[in-house]
Amino acid sequence: MAEKRDLMTKSRLIDEMSVKNRLIEYFTQWEVLLSIIIVLVFIFFTTRTPYFLDWFNLMNATFQFSEKAIMALPMIFIIMCGDIDISIASIIALCAYVVGNAAQGGASIPSLIFLALLVGTLAGLFNGVMITALEMPAIAVTLATQSLFRGIAIGLLGDQARTDFPENFGFFGQQFIPGTIIPFEFVLYLVLVLLFAFILHKTTYGRRLYAIGNSAEAARFSGIKVKTMRVINFTVTGFFCGLTSILLASRILSVRSNIATGWDLEIITLVVLGGVAITGGKGSVYGVFIGSMLVGYLKFGMGLLKFSGTLMTIVIGLLLIIAVLLPRLLDMYKANRKLRLQQLG
Amino acid sequence: MPDLSFSSFVKKALARREAALTLLLVVLLVPISIRSPQFLSAKNISTILNDMAILSIVAIGEFYVILANGIDLSVGSIIAFTGMATGMINEANPTVSPLLLLLAGMGIGMVMGLFNGVLVAYGKIPPIITTLGTVNIYRGLTFLLSGGTWVTAHEMSKTYIDFPRNTFLGVSNLLWIAILVIAVFYYFSRYTRTGREVYAIGGNPTAAKFVGVNENRVRVVVFLISGTLCGLAGALWTARYASAVNEMATGFEMQAVAACVLGGVNFAGGSGGIIGVVIGTLFLGVVTNALPVIYLSVFWQTFVQGLIILIALTLNTISDQRKTKKLLAQRRG
Amino acid sequence: MQQALLEVQHVTKVFPGIRALDDVHLSLRRGEVHALIGENGAGKSTLVKILTGVYFPTSGSMTLDGKKISFKNAIDAQQAGIVAIHQEASMFPELSVTENIYMGHHLRNPKTKKLDWKTMYERTQGLLLRMQLDINPDSLVKNLSVAQRHMVEIVKALSLDADLVIMDEPTSALTGREVDDLFRIVRSLKEEGKAILFISHKFEEIFEICDYYTVFRDGQYIGEGKVAESDEDTIINMMIGRSIDQMYPHHEPKIGKKILEVKHLSQLGAFKDISFDLHEGEILGLFGLVGAGRSEVVRTIFGIDKASEGTMHLLGKPFMPKGAIDSMRKGIALVPEDRQRQGLVLKMSLTHNISLPVLTNLCWKGLVTNKKTEAKYVQEHGDQMEIKSAGYHVDAETLSGGNQQKVVLAKWIGTNPKILILDEPTKGIDVATKAAVHEFVCEMADKGVAVILISSELPEILGMSDRIVVMHEGYQTAILDAKEATAESVMRYAITTVQMEASNA
Repeated sequence: MAEKRDLMTKSRLIDEMSVKNRLIEYFTQWEVLLSIIIVLVFIFFTTRTPYFLDWFNLMNATFQFSEKAIMALPMIFIIMCGDIDISIASIIALCAYVVGNAAQGGASIPSLIFLALLVGTLAGLFNGVMITALEMPAIAVTLATQSLFRGIAIGLLGDQARTDFPENFGFFGQQFIPGTIIPFEFVLYLVLVLLFAFILHKTTYGRRLYAIGNSAEAARFSGIKVKTMRVINFTVTGFFCGLTSILLASRILSVRSNIATGWDLEIITLVVLGGVAITGGKGSVYGVFIGSMLVGYLKFGMGLLKFSGTLMTIVIGLLLIIAVLLPRLLDMYKANRKLRLQQLG
Repeated sequence: MPDLSFSSFVKKALARREAALTLLLVVLLVPISIRSPQFLSAKNISTILNDMAILSIVAIGEFYVILANGIDLSVGSIIAFTGMATGMINEANPTVSPLLLLLAGMGIGMVMGLFNGVLVAYGKIPPIITTLGTVNIYRGLTFLLSGGTWVTAHEMSKTYIDFPRNTFLGVSNLLWIAILVIAVFYYFSRYTRTGREVYAIGGNPTAAKFVGVNENRVRVVVFLISGTLCGLAGALWTARYASAVNEMATGFEMQAVAACVLGGVNFAGGSGGIIGVVIGTLFLGVVTNALPVIYLSVFWQTFVQGLIILIALTLNTISDQRKTKKLLAQRRG
Repeated sequence: MQQALLEVQHVTKVFPGIRALDDVHLSLRRGEVHALIGENGAGKSTLVKILTGVYFPTSGSMTLDGKKISFKNAIDAQQAGIVAIHQEASMFPELSVTENIYMGHHLRNPKTKKLDWKTMYERTQGLLLRMQLDINPDSLVKNLSVAQRHMVEIVKALSLDADLVIMDEPTSALTGREVDDLFRIVRSLKEEGKAILFISHKFEEIFEICDYYTVFRDGQYIGEGKVAESDEDTIINMMIGRSIDQMYPHHEPKIGKKILEVKHLSQLGAFKDISFDLHEGEILGLFGLVGAGRSEVVRTIFGIDKASEGTMHLLGKPFMPKGAIDSMRKGIALVPEDRQRQGLVLKMSLTHNISLPVLTNLCWKGLVTNKKTEAKYVQEHGDQMEIKSAGYHVDAETLSGGNQQKVVLAKWIGTNPKILILDEPTKGIDVATKAAVHEFVCEMADKGVAVILISSELPEILGMSDRIVVMHEGYQTAILDAKEATAESVMRYAITTVQMEASNA
């Protein structure tokens, strides 16, 4: 017992001695770095154009990224477990097709929503079951279902478009919360951020996700149903594909088979940029939130400055590589530092 | 005593995935050609082969990356950049020989592949992340290079546009190049040490290190090959479609990966062969071309592709699991 | 006696916190099959790894053919002429036999640099013929049986022109006929003047094939001798004799009612026909040497793996868990063998590790985590195990092996198990923690918990258990009463081949 107390005082002493170390520790966290970067980005654009720091513009800009940012949330769960899903854009397209078609047939708004969520959930469930039951890599299976799901939309829709939607359907993707300048989509996103942050950081489910991502085997030995949870992750992601398809169809009021093409990679980029390790077990909803906002407002600001979207693509690509390379370099730096400190002490 | 009976020969032949796939292709061709005799006409076959030539070149590059247990998502963007670059070179200097343009494309592609490879090998960034980043970077660079404009047919020289179409001994140059690439890499895979080392790294990296294989070098080499072949494909693409568009070859990586999966290349790395990849590519080509024959609109092409890949994956997995079980049973009854 | 080919002198290897090898000796002559004998953890594998360039010795010297040797890596060792035959780990399953033999040093046409498959094929065939092996050089290794893979590994060693061939448990996965094949090859290697270091747990094999033996125990050199001039008892005594007689806590078993009944439990490829009963308050030792299938048995009882045959009854009711959670709910806990990969999530804090199996109970409605309840729970059970750390917030990977094991124990006592299974709970931990673990096991048994204890250390099994189940190569060879069991008798059963197995060939 005495020894332990001794140990504790010692560690407290070390803590007090090294305020500088702790500051370094703090500021080398990816989430903190991201937050600093986004503040710098805001300062930069504010000094360059008077149109940037304008509440109306800032809110309006969210229409451009809310849907992708929403999809990044369930994707955190998938990547957290070391899986990946490159079929989400195709599920969105499939759901959007179903919605567009049913709307043309005169379906009501509630039944449209129900249909989209149902189809999305089933598609996600299919992914999850194929991956876990056959023990195949997620990337291989979702590569196949990427073609499969979008293929259904293309096959049924051809080069046509569905543009007949019920009155008021535009609310979800175009309108603001009544009496404010805040888009409904964005409010929904913020609510979902809180929900996902709560699940990941405050519930047993979230805790188990981290355990699986760090060591699926240790998780299994602790009584966690690893396969079941992975299936749930894919199914939840499918559900949100359905939700996103409603927002997207409502925003553009037109469904074509190439809808949301290329979103898979963009959304995975948001998640990884937000600090979630592609190998699983590490990351936070906050990081992905900041990462999504960073990408969204970088695009918006550069658009205001009449930069082409091009430069933006390059910046995002570079950011992604840096996001993975930098923590690795920082870790090396920290390890070196620790070694030096140990040698000194 | 080796079993020399015919049935055992067939069994052994079928155990090789390439043979099984070829058989499946033939089985597929029978009803199609009964329904539509023109399907197997020389003209249609040549159409299919020419359609598939570029994909086969890119798929071979992708094959090496997957073989070394990676994935290259940036192939479409490299094709776009090199295609745009060669298109613009041609626009500026219409007299440059098409062969030089192909070489230029390969050179540029090689540098892009090298960048991927160095990030993966020395930066220790997982291939999927590296190429997810460069798929954006290279596409962005394409826009920067072109300034957002296109290179259209009338801005390009006739010699360049005609090059893939011109025939030599009745076979188009495009097809000749694809055949040459297949031959070169068949040789590379079978008769060079580096070619074999890719198999070693993909199959068992620890054991490979044990026998002295340089892992980083192999990882750079596979991305280098992929980049170079995409460069070649880009130069051919621009000529064949007589235009260089910023969005060209978007999503082409998925087709390249699909051809590999169909050809029996395992995502776990270390297994598969060039012949399989070529047959996988052909398989995709035949299926795509055959859709109208079975009264399905071409719009179902994507769906059928996805379905085929899924079936191929499932069959591969089930046969592997059976094999494991059989081996286990041999150990302790 | 002729001059030694390999001479190992005063070699010591220290890992943080553990002396894996302590001043050991070994000398091998050409044309000799030399058995290296010792229990699990005696230091045999460490020596093999030093000889093959995987580890670098902390101190000591080695000579090969009179020349001093020191390897920087595995390739150095190979070039010097030392080749180890591993079990499967070093093969390329998707490649042909020929290629597995030549990977890394493919033969090439000197001018064109083109690989010379014809010569490689012919040489492989030559080597295979020389060994009288009916293996096609073109077969893919994944299609070969385990025995054939071993043979290919040996042929590979031949192709490298190795002087010293190390065989680590070469027969563990082979049937009787295959073992005969292997021995034929070993004899022909011997005639060619190669030296063979033969590591095996099977005495009948050692007496059949080996000329000389060296015994290690606890990382120390114990002795050596001619096989022909020794008998089993002498060698067994050398293996098990303890230099330090450890004290084990006194445990007066209060055997309660039967809690678990295992009948004819089998798993394809791992173990067959295991039957035993387990009672409340009892410590049941499960002993066997490497590859006996002990871990696989308890993994199956805990629901990690599926049984292929057999039944289990828990308190009289049929019981066949589909996953760990099933058996946890029924009151079974497993402290797994590999605490770094199975026992702990290394990159999570101690708090999160300890609470992981009981998270549902610590949470509001079983869903929302509650920091206070969790901290209190962790404090209670962590303090009970006296874990030494900078606090419960640090990651598990920062602790020493012994403290990590205490975390794993703390993680499981909170589940209030009725059956506690411990798989090698004292492997690789310091003496003090070892004693604490022993104390803990007895405490649990005294509280009426049924304990299954797997250990590779005979004294531990003998000192702790009430009854002992002995396994060999996947088969159960005996159930002994600990009072009557001796080190000799247990070890004898652990190296006994069950007759059934021979009929399996």
